[in-house]
Amino acid sequence: MAMIDVQDLTYTYPATDSPALKNVSLKVEEGEFVAIIGANGAGKSTLCYTIAGFIPHFFAGTLNGKVEVAGIESQHSTLQELVLNVGLVFQNPFNQISGAKFTVYEEIAFGLENLGIPREEMIKRVDKVMALTGITDLAKRSPYALSGGQQQRVALASILVMEPKILVLDEPTSQLDPIGTREVFQVIKEMSNRGMTVVMAEHKVEWIAEFTDKVIALSRGEVLLQGPPAEVLTSPLLPQHGIGISRYTAVARRAREENLWPAALPLPVTLDDAVAGFVGGLENAH
Amino acid sequence: MRIEIQDLHFSYPGGVEALKGVSLVVNTGEKVAIVGQNGAGKTTLVKHLNGLLLPTKGTVRIGDWDTKDYPVARLSSRVGYVFQNPDEQLFNKTVYQEVAFGPRNLGYPAEKVAELVKNAMALTELTGKENVNPYDLMPTWRKMVAMASILAMDTPIVVLDEPTTGQDAASIERIAHCVQVLHQQGKTVITITHDVDFCAENFERIIVMGGGRILLDGPAIEVLAQEEILATTYVEPPQLTRLGNRLDFPHPVRNEEEFLDMYRQLHRQRDRA
Repeated sequence: MAMIDVQDLTYTYPATDSPALKNVSLKVEEGEFVAIIGANGAGKSTLCYTIAGFIPHFFAGTLNGKVEVAGIESQHSTLQELVLNVGLVFQNPFNQISGAKFTVYEEIAFGLENLGIPREEMIKRVDKVMALTGITDLAKRSPYALSGGQQQRVALASILVMEPKILVLDEPTSQLDPIGTREVFQVIKEMSNRGMTVVMAEHKVEWIAEFTDKVIALSRGEVLLQGPPAEVLTSPLLPQHGIGISRYTAVARRAREENLWPAALPLPVTLDDAVAGFVGGLENAH
Repeated sequence: MRIEIQDLHFSYPGGVEALKGVSLVVNTGEKVAIVGQNGAGKTTLVKHLNGLLLPTKGTVRIGDWDTKDYPVARLSSRVGYVFQNPDEQLFNKTVYQEVAFGPRNLGYPAEKVAELVKNAMALTELTGKENVNPYDLMPTWRKMVAMASILAMDTPIVVLDEPTTGQDAASIERIAHCVQVLHQQGKTVITITHDVDFCAENFERIIVMGGGRILLDGPAIEVLAQEEILATTYVEPPQLTRLGNRLDFPHPVRNEEEFLDMYRQLHRQRDRA
């Protein structure tokens, strides 16, 4: 069964003329890790909000088509019902942090308190998720006295602790250094391996290529491409639609035009694939 | 305008020592990028340049001014600071008012303000959006409003805090263009960033920070090739530099042209052999 089933979705924000999403159809299977890419304004965040039920339950506007999440048709349910199934990590961690709590530890427990989880269970889950996201040593700090990167980890932890079936993340690593980015991708991949369904809006294509199962490219609110990362991320359509590509892909494409890239190999997205291709290109030189 | 920092130490209230003795000179017109892991002290360091933070120990001089002796309002005529998150910076009702706020407060006459605003808006490609409320713009364009509002102050030093975070390809190109133009105008541009590819392609000098200290400082190409030292502060060399290193290039490369030149050379050598 598809965990996320979107059919012919068109959505227009209140007080705007043109739709932010147009005729979007997509399916995400249970345990899949899917990336959404696109230029700024392509509809990535809007799609995240829609899958998480914030559209139409928090943002009004006009929604046509079907959005079914964990078997629940989101238009015909409540945000409260959806929250038990879907967790959304906002792009700006500032929007996530409740403001109601004085320490990181309490902040992460906040969601569980609202669900009425027993104290013992709560402590166990909070400890586990803080270790997983690498913030155990921040437990007693104020959520507001942290760096952007640390806040992003707290925001992620505060959602993971709820153990949602579906995790939706809007550029969760934008303020992290490369090692922090790798750690977050690894945690999310681990969750996906354990059966959590993950949808992530992201610009960093090399990471997407390394970790995700499928990529959906949006342009001006419409689905431009969807498919395996290696295919979508090397498509010549991406630059035409303002979507950044890996520098490995770009340089290999130029090398290919000069017959310096092995004809049989697809264009690379990751460092390892680029090394393999360029080493091959030298071996073929005669 | 020269920046001179001597043995700068800074501790936040509560005792975290974020800077542990930083000494640094930046000369007029330099393009400098500061990189390093989250918590390395990058933001703490640059917040000393316009007096948002004052040294616990040591001195920071902007030209002939010691930042201890001048309020932020005065220092802002010498150092413009573009925040990482534009929403921490924007508060006016229209883009025009937002961009005009800085130069007005610096006391420029009306005609000069109008000229500065016009130039800053053209450079950030905001022309035509004068009467829009900044919060009706997408985050990418809010970032450009934040940039424009600082550029309009025409300060000799411009600090960009994580300019490319969350920006798409077109926006990153726009920001790189601004850096280029500021440089041509003879201004000093300092950025802090995790985006080493952006650094390698647009900045000449790179400072690597870790644990509140400067670990490396030098020409971009030399600094970014030091994979081992960079790893200690969680920085990876730019993608094409790493690719070149893996292919045993005789010297580091930092952009497509340099990479392809070197690769063509190796290819020709193989051909002959």
